[in-house]
Amino acid sequence: MTLARWRRRHRAISLFFDNFWKLRFEDDSPADLIRSLSSETAGLGGIRGEERTSTVSVNVKAIAPFARLLIHRLWEAVRDLLPIVVVVVGFQTLVLRQPFPDVAGLLVGTAFVIVGLMLFVQGLELGLFPIGEAMAHSFARKGSLAWLLVFGFLLGFSTTIAEPALIAIADEASDVVADAGLIGSDEDVRAAYALQLRLTVAVSVGCAILIGVFRILKGWPVHLLIIAGYIIVVAMTFVAPNAIVGIAFDSGGVTTSTVTVPLVTALGVGLAASIRGRDPLIDGFGMIALASLTPMIFVMLFGIVRFGIRASGSG
Amino acid sequence: MIDGLTTALIGTSRDVFAVSALLLGFQYLVLRQPIPHLRRLLAGLVMVVVGLAFFLIGLELALFPLGELMATQLSSAQFVFGSDTVPASPPWWKYGWVYLFAAIIGFSTTLAEPALIAVAFKAEEASRGTIRPWGLRLVVAVGVAAGISLGAFRIVTGASLVLFIAIGYVVVVVQTAFAPKSIIPLAYDSGGVTTSTVTVPLVAALGLGLAATIPGRNPVLDGFGLIAFASLFPMITVMGYAQLADWRARRRLVRGQKRTEP
Repeated sequence: MTLARWRRRHRAISLFFDNFWKLRFEDDSPADLIRSLSSETAGLGGIRGEERTSTVSVNVKAIAPFARLLIHRLWEAVRDLLPIVVVVVGFQTLVLRQPFPDVAGLLVGTAFVIVGLMLFVQGLELGLFPIGEAMAHSFARKGSLAWLLVFGFLLGFSTTIAEPALIAIADEASDVVADAGLIGSDEDVRAAYALQLRLTVAVSVGCAILIGVFRILKGWPVHLLIIAGYIIVVAMTFVAPNAIVGIAFDSGGVTTSTVTVPLVTALGVGLAASIRGRDPLIDGFGMIALASLTPMIFVMLFGIVRFGIRASGSG
Repeated sequence: MIDGLTTALIGTSRDVFAVSALLLGFQYLVLRQPIPHLRRLLAGLVMVVVGLAFFLIGLELALFPLGELMATQLSSAQFVFGSDTVPASPPWWKYGWVYLFAAIIGFSTTLAEPALIAVAFKAEEASRGTIRPWGLRLVVAVGVAAGISLGAFRIVTGASLVLFIAIGYVVVVVQTAFAPKSIIPLAYDSGGVTTSTVTVPLVAALGLGLAATIPGRNPVLDGFGLIAFASLFPMITVMGYAQLADWRARRRLVRGQKRTEP
């Protein structure tokens, strides 16, 4: 390959990488649209007191951005769903060469998914994000560390304890230990065991948010906590009872539900933004990683407390 | 369908209810302040509950049954070998369609993951627009695609799960030492959000289908293995992409300086 050709190709590759990060399909960012929407409707809803003098003409103006926002959200949802539809339809017709089992169900279901995603993203911006931020700002203003930590713990605990995926895993886990003969096999004992396991996981997520909040205040680097945590996890797998290790790993994955993630992220970023000397990007993120790490440690600890340390070589 | 709708509604509203109760309690009892824009917040919470319910129902109605059916069909002996029996140690290259399906189903489901959308929004805000939400989601999706595809390969060959995961974490630790500091927390978080609503059911179906047809595999253990891969690889790709961007920016700077010197 000549030098000129290599240069040309190299330039094409760098152009691709430069544009990659900027790749987006929309011209306005949703945040801009929301901002314009809320400032234009301010006169109607009384969101900002000093702008309440607006006249009826605002009413007409407010509809246009709302329709634009709606179309924008719909387009975003379609764009997010399109890859899955293309993959499923493509594989079914080209690779497997089979007819679709239930075309009507497929169409209705896809429409549901698109509408649902659209509503969810809109609700994020109107409800979950502002709540997380508002709490972060009020705590930062009031400066009560103890209440902030209590709030963080309760937030993690309350969103985890009723998580359906966790309930399913806890029930399954009680069957596993009952089959292994570690606990009695009657219904009451198993139900009690499942509840203890759920409480353990909920407490662990509460602690994760508590530690995460405390870390933001102190500015500790998150990777040290995470790496130390994983070393503890690896060490504990050698001493924890075999019946509990699989459940421990599974419980790490079920704790981050779709409602918890936006709320916790907004809380973290809001806190980091309102504390002097903290960077929202460096200090605001990391709580979700902590929340999927602590359940593993706590569940294995629960197993050790409940059933004792595993003698080497035996289960 | 009505049954499914109510179950999904109850599930998500329980989450939202717990959060609202906590919020109201703290705002009125501890902080003693009225909640700003209360009506708008409530409207937003209702939208989240209804939206998630529709989303889950739609997935269960349309995509999950078909995706699971396809996962089993693609890994069936009839499709891969053209006969009803799988040889004792099947050659790994016979499962090419499975790897491709694993990669692109991982990629496309990650793009539709609601929790990742939320994190990407916040990442754009926190980085003051430097991190593009769509770019972050693409990089995470590439990570999930690579992870699930490699996980499928591991199930077919029967290599040790612990070995793969251990090597993966060593890579993560090494990258952590060299990657730009500002991307690390976000990279760690993006590992946690990928194992959520959309990806897990389809990926678990693929893992179960593969593990059930290949002799000597344990369906429960191997289905879980895929999900562990799916949360490990996004950390690697997000940090890797940031390292690449950082390295390129620094090299451009050096070149620019050279050019200005005579």
